[in-house]
Amino acid sequence: MAWETVIGLEIHSQLKTKSKIFSGASTAFGATPNSQACAVDLGLPGVLPVLNKEAVVMAIRFGLAVGAKVNKRSIFDRKNYFYPDLPKGYQISQFELPVVGEGEIEITTEDGVTKKIGITRAHLEEDAGKSIHDLYDDYTAIDLNRAGTPLLEIVSDPDMSSAKEAVAYAKKIHALVQYIGICDGNMQEGSFRCDANVSIRKKGAEKLGTRAELKNINSFKFLEKAINLEVERQQDILEEGGSVVQETRLYDSVKNETRSMRSKEEANDYRYFPDPDLLPVEVDDELLQQIRANLPELPTEKKQRFVGELGLNDYDAEVLTSQKAVADYFEAMLEVGADSKLSANWVMGELSAILNKNQIDIEGCPVSAQAFAGLVMRISDDTISGKIAKDVFKAMWRGEGSADEIIDSKGLKQMTDSSAIEGVIDEIIANNVPQVEQYKGGNTKLLGFFVGQVMKATQGKANPKQVNQLLNEKLS
Amino acid sequence: MSLSEQQVKEIAHLARLSVDDGELEQTTAELNNILGLMADLAKIDTEGVSPMAHPLNMSQRLREDEVSEIDQSEAFQAIAPQTGQSHFLVPTVIE
Repeated sequence: MAWETVIGLEIHSQLKTKSKIFSGASTAFGATPNSQACAVDLGLPGVLPVLNKEAVVMAIRFGLAVGAKVNKRSIFDRKNYFYPDLPKGYQISQFELPVVGEGEIEITTEDGVTKKIGITRAHLEEDAGKSIHDLYDDYTAIDLNRAGTPLLEIVSDPDMSSAKEAVAYAKKIHALVQYIGICDGNMQEGSFRCDANVSIRKKGAEKLGTRAELKNINSFKFLEKAINLEVERQQDILEEGGSVVQETRLYDSVKNETRSMRSKEEANDYRYFPDPDLLPVEVDDELLQQIRANLPELPTEKKQRFVGELGLNDYDAEVLTSQKAVADYFEAMLEVGADSKLSANWVMGELSAILNKNQIDIEGCPVSAQAFAGLVMRISDDTISGKIAKDVFKAMWRGEGSADEIIDSKGLKQMTDSSAIEGVIDEIIANNVPQVEQYKGGNTKLLGFFVGQVMKATQGKANPKQVNQLLNEKLS
Repeated sequence: MSLSEQQVKEIAHLARLSVDDGELEQTTAELNNILGLMADLAKIDTEGVSPMAHPLNMSQRLREDEVSEIDQSEAFQAIAPQTGQSHFLVPTVIE
């Protein structure tokens, strides 16, 4: 039987505020457990939440970036459930009137397909603390430093029909929240977390199937794996005549399986009601205008500019703008004066290859954008060939100095003196009489052989264009 | 709308309230009385009246994003039933 997959994502994005959403405690990561949990975060009697303006501003920034309706009036509600890392017994969240309403974002999948994914809503809420299960045998240890950290929960429409599309969407949101400076995007530290609602239905069916919610996914790779596993599991159940249970399932990356966590409460089981401790949030036009005016260039705008002003092709522009850090690096190269197309090729080629190989993010790249631009500029001005540049780059990566220093110290400067090159060519012609005859007899493929010989004799320092030209002259 | 004794039991469980079987009948009746009042309120024509989220007709004051709290974890841990390695300890929770 043919099935189709329906996926919606809930993304929890920790907002980069200095203090918590309802208290003045610090949100810095990695502090001594509970040293950043104040009386408000602990839910001690008599405390009151006071809303952090920056959290509201960041949520609105996101809303504007996805062309969503920003609700001028939004309400905080209590979501009631009991868990040791939720001290109050309820999470302050937004239910009926979230700060950000419907919007949309365009994704491009690996296969190059473009699709619009709807955003249902984005609402502000507080994060819970952390439960640590492996510190003690007989206890669960609770660290409430994270409790009260502002989260923007971004809920998508069930618009994705494959794990790959879900990953493309998650990556797009991941890039966007970093572009607009509201989240650091650090998935290892849990600043950006995805839950996936997955269901399947018979191809062409109208009604959605029963969904399972996948939690505990902390990388894009695991997101794809977890969804594919879950789709297979549901197919097996349905094809054997069973039915899928609505539940929360935990993804275990070590065993590569999903397992039932607890049956997901229905929304009404959370007994949401407006939090009497918080008044409705009103956003006036002035604030909205101010946020709009301060919005940085968005990835789609940057992409259009790269195509329109720099003459890059669509694919290159997409790759270079898919992560803010990469776009920043590329633009820093142009600022120093490097050619845009050549820079694009080198960033997407040599640089990303070596970063991938060493599993380093571009932020941690040992070669600065300025230094890398210095290398690219020596290719543009014919000081070195692209081939030599690869060796120079390797030396730069090892920390042997700037491009110019390495070119000087290793004597890699390209030979542009045509009489010197001619001398080498004459010698090679004299030493390879049979090949010269074959070439003259019509085997023009042998030109490559001669170019190779010249490059070898000059240790790659001859300018290939010049070599080709001179060889053509001498052999004709 | 009226609640059955079974529903009241479920609600009590969600709120972690202990309502024993002896109290169930009376609690259900009382809750249904309150729901009856709500039903009366629901009959009022509220056309053109925006929903009230808070009895005060004011909007939320916003705080500047500044860290103003100092570390008082020692004092907070002192009043907790059990602590260890700077953590609050609770009976094992298994997922």
